[in-house]
Amino acid sequence: MASRDDIKFLSNPNIGQQRKKYCRFRKFGIKHIDYKDPDFLSQFVNEQGKILPRRISGNSLKYQRKVAVAIKRARHLAMLPYVTDLFK
Amino acid sequence: MRQYEVTFIVDPVLSGDEIKATAKTYTDMIEKEGCKIVHIDEMGLRQLAYPINRRTSGVYYTVEFQPEKGNMLAPMELAMRRDERIMRFLTVKLDKYGVKYNEDKRNGLIAKFKKKAKSDDNKGKGRKGNNKSKPAPPKAKKSEAPKPAAPAKAAAPATPPPAPAPTAKAEEE
Repeated sequence: MASRDDIKFLSNPNIGQQRKKYCRFRKFGIKHIDYKDPDFLSQFVNEQGKILPRRISGNSLKYQRKVAVAIKRARHLAMLPYVTDLFK
Repeated sequence: MRQYEVTFIVDPVLSGDEIKATAKTYTDMIEKEGCKIVHIDEMGLRQLAYPINRRTSGVYYTVEFQPEKGNMLAPMELAMRRDERIMRFLTVKLDKYGVKYNEDKRNGLIAKFKKKAKSDDNKGKGRKGNNKSKPAPPKAKKSEAPKPAAPAKAAAPATPPPAPAPTAKAEEE
């Protein structure tokens, strides 16, 4: 009885499949986002220092709001740039 | 009782003693108002993300405190605004999660986020996702490790996921 795992494909059939996005704060139970941790916040920012949309980061609305506030606070304290190029 | 946190940047051009004295004036001021100081964090000299007053670095301080009354915040902020030694400041009210987070951080429960570990992290997350999911997404996980598509198939779904998952979680937190 050949299960699907035994079939060998010439090309990888998994290419092109998209991973499901999820909110990491919900998943790992992170309740508070620290604005004094620029390395962590830089995950939610693009190369120009703009906040990534939920569409891309996958955050739930509640935590996206908190991320946005934390990033803005970090910017005020010069821990993250307001505008740049080639950030990261 | 409410807990607040004030972060301020001291001008790095001052001598070490002067910087300490600046921080001390504000901690004394907070204490004099009858506040309980929870913690003083000296983050030290850091590079600024953009220049402020033509300075490219600054000395960061964070003071956590619990005031008796809220009316001490405005005079404190006014004093900071007038003080030339202070480049920036930010006062934030902490919610219960913030208080807990800071406590955990002081006790070393929260690992420092590492920038380099990113690619590693992603793998862990993918596997973790696989661990919980039902029939369909296991394939998605295999796409994470694209090279050994054929040989890894048999072993991968059964054994490795439980092990890497907790580490990924630890890193994340």
